[in-house]
Amino acid sequence: MCLAVPAKITRLEDSGQGTADYMGSEVKANFSLVPKARLGDWVIIHAGFAISLLDKKEARETLQLFKEMGAASRR
Amino acid sequence: MKELRDPKAIRRLLGDIGEKARLLPRPPRIMEVCGTHTMALFRHGLTPLLAEAGVEMVSGPGCPVCITPAAIHEAAITLVSEKEALTLATFGDMTRVPTRKGSLQTAVPAPGSRIKIVYSPEEALEEARREPSRQVVFFGAGFETTIPAIAFTAKRAAAEGLGNFSVLPALWLVPPALRAILEAGEIAVSGFIYPGHVSAIIGAEPYEFVARDHGLPGAIAGFEPGDILLAVRSVLEQAASGTPRVALEYSRAMRAGGNPVARALMEEVFEPFDAAWRGLGTIPASGLRFRERFAGFDATPKFGLARLGAAGRDLPGCRCGDVLRGVIRPEGCRHFGKKCVPDSPLGPCMVSYEGACLIHFKYGQTRRPSP
Amino acid sequence: MKKVSLELGSGGRLMRDFIAGTILPSFGNPVLDELSDASHLPGGIAFTTDSYVVDPLFFPGGDIGRLAVNGTVNDLVVAGAEPRFLSLAFILEEGLDLDVLQRVIRSIRAAARAANVRVVTGDTKVVRRGQGDKIYINTAGIGRSIARPEVRKIRPGDKVILTGTLGDHSLAVILARGDFGLSSNVRSDCAPLLFLLPLWKRGALWMRDVTRGGLATVLFELAERLRYPILVEEDKVPLSRPVRAASELLGIDPLYMACEGKAVVIAPKAKAGEFLRLIRSHPLGRKAAVIGEVQSRVGRPGELLLQTATGGLRLLEPLTSELLPRIC
Ligand code: SF4
Ligand code: SF4
Repeated sequence: MCLAVPAKITRLEDSGQGTADYMGSEVKANFSLVPKARLGDWVIIHAGFAISLLDKKEARETLQLFKEMGAASRR
Repeated sequence: MKELRDPKAIRRLLGDIGEKARLLPRPPRIMEVCGTHTMALFRHGLTPLLAEAGVEMVSGPGCPVCITPAAIHEAAITLVSEKEALTLATFGDMTRVPTRKGSLQTAVPAPGSRIKIVYSPEEALEEARREPSRQVVFFGAGFETTIPAIAFTAKRAAAEGLGNFSVLPALWLVPPALRAILEAGEIAVSGFIYPGHVSAIIGAEPYEFVARDHGLPGAIAGFEPGDILLAVRSVLEQAASGTPRVALEYSRAMRAGGNPVARALMEEVFEPFDAAWRGLGTIPASGLRFRERFAGFDATPKFGLARLGAAGRDLPGCRCGDVLRGVIRPEGCRHFGKKCVPDSPLGPCMVSYEGACLIHFKYGQTRRPSP
Repeated sequence: MKKVSLELGSGGRLMRDFIAGTILPSFGNPVLDELSDASHLPGGIAFTTDSYVVDPLFFPGGDIGRLAVNGTVNDLVVAGAEPRFLSLAFILEEGLDLDVLQRVIRSIRAAARAANVRVVTGDTKVVRRGQGDKIYINTAGIGRSIARPEVRKIRPGDKVILTGTLGDHSLAVILARGDFGLSSNVRSDCAPLLFLLPLWKRGALWMRDVTRGGLATVLFELAERLRYPILVEEDKVPLSRPVRAASELLGIDPLYMACEGKAVVIAPKAKAGEFLRLIRSHPLGRKAAVIGEVQSRVGRPGELLLQTATGGLRLLEPLTSELLPRIC
């Protein structure tokens, strides 16, 4: 629960502070809770904190699944 | 993520769900634990579509705004209206909750005081740094998704020695509440949709008792329409095959093990206690309070506020408690849509954007799409 | 003792109750009772007034001076009048930088020139430091009536045209305040809507500028007065990328966000295409779109319905209180 969005890390300081890009907007975020995150990674941001890393492979698979479902029912 | 809203894919999934629902001996009733799910279901008009497919969705206790007892909201209102030169920072939804003392939005702050709406708890911390002579209180409400952020902020304040910063905590844990609902045995549900972002922190393990001890299926879901429907389908599949478990239908954004760094931080700063939930009563180890080491950051003793755990009196006649437990639907409350409407709410469930009563009121009278 | 809270001015229910419960009983008369954006007076004169407070005074795409001109100009345009004259009254806080005041005045001059209105009377007051916040402005506007909105002529099939993207002004001000740690290249859409004036002569049925309360509130108030429902298609509503992003991130609904240079126009069914072409031919109307229509098949009289992007259908309510970022 709790509103959160996937965003891409655009600045990451040693302190864990930084910024992320969400649909062309820049949002300040704290990345201390995801120490494995690197510049350019995608994370889930909630209340100004990144709470988890996005798994690109899984995300692609979900998208693929929906593309197929969308296409399959078109016929 | 447009694909996850594609009407064709959605229809296809709903078709699947309808077929699976028909094969079950009893029409399925699924509880979405999280208010954000309730909101998404209604906002996208999915609730009536699911009902047509034969699946009834029941809202659960999924909103920290709603389940925070009146006494804590009243303490916040008293604090900002009586104490001068103080900033009460909080999330937007918290400011609308009605109590016998009004709401934070209708409160008139004491001279020099103000209410500041923030997106991140760090915004409150920043204000405390900027204005050392001002007391800054963060009225922090949240489930496991938000708690690590609040823990981080308090720990930071401690490290920097910011004596003018404190937190009025309203921190709640989801699994103990689920357990309480199941053990009370008042409601009959055939499965659960678990909150994806709470799960990003706590992982899947804390829900396993639901499958193990109660034999009920469940799935962790994301918040796009497609995510939720995938989870519903998974719950129905589990019900059909008689193999309840905790399915991960949001694996792009969460791991089965959750986020251990965030959990460690929560644990370092807070400890569980038997907290009173609005409507659900006192639930063992369901709330968090500051550990001894951080007690100086607890606004409750600092400003002599009502003791945490005191439930306070709810507004007379409001049945939010029953709604939150899934015992009645909002329409079952006699004030619903009459004395209690979003503009002048009687109870918190009509206030929070994810409150079941507000959502049912706003989106409940949905129409069938035109042919 | 009851006190005035910020909520009274938010455009929500409290304010509507205040108008209905206190203002109308005190002053009610046939002209006021219309509660339109500007009042048509005998003699072909239209009259309106509005006060402007904004924090910060300057934001990307505009400032308080520009707002004070365009807001009043637009109230006249959507009521069916050509704006001609403005009054200009300042309430200034002691200690304000004169440079700031000069900058605001230059902006007012430029905006008045662009909107082809003349400032013909005014006033200046100064209050003690702390008793006001830098600059408050009131403007009143006088225009020449050219048409009256015709709510009674609105029929099923008539189209709802939105003249551009929603929410840019709201967001530009929020971000300029530095709140929420968010930044983007959003600009306020603050602009005069004079280019809509020719539509009146061509048969426009009704217009409203989309300000406080957003599109949903504006259309809800129209639907209440109709014997038909209005259906809006979520997909068709134009949104800029920054607004789309902020709405998902902060959990605020663009349908309720304020603009300062957008209007909804109800076009007769047969003229919707012509209207849209005309609006789009103006630089301020390039993103205009038909976003919905007056219905006879779906919904009940007086309802405002939204067809969601996923194919669901739901009722829209007016804004109940100030837009706030949510955590959930
Ligand atoms: S409708 Fe209002 S009074 Fe009834 S339970 Fe919901 S919030 Fe409480
Ligand atoms: S506050 Fe909102 S997001 Fe958070 S739990 Fe409540 S309903 Fe869900």
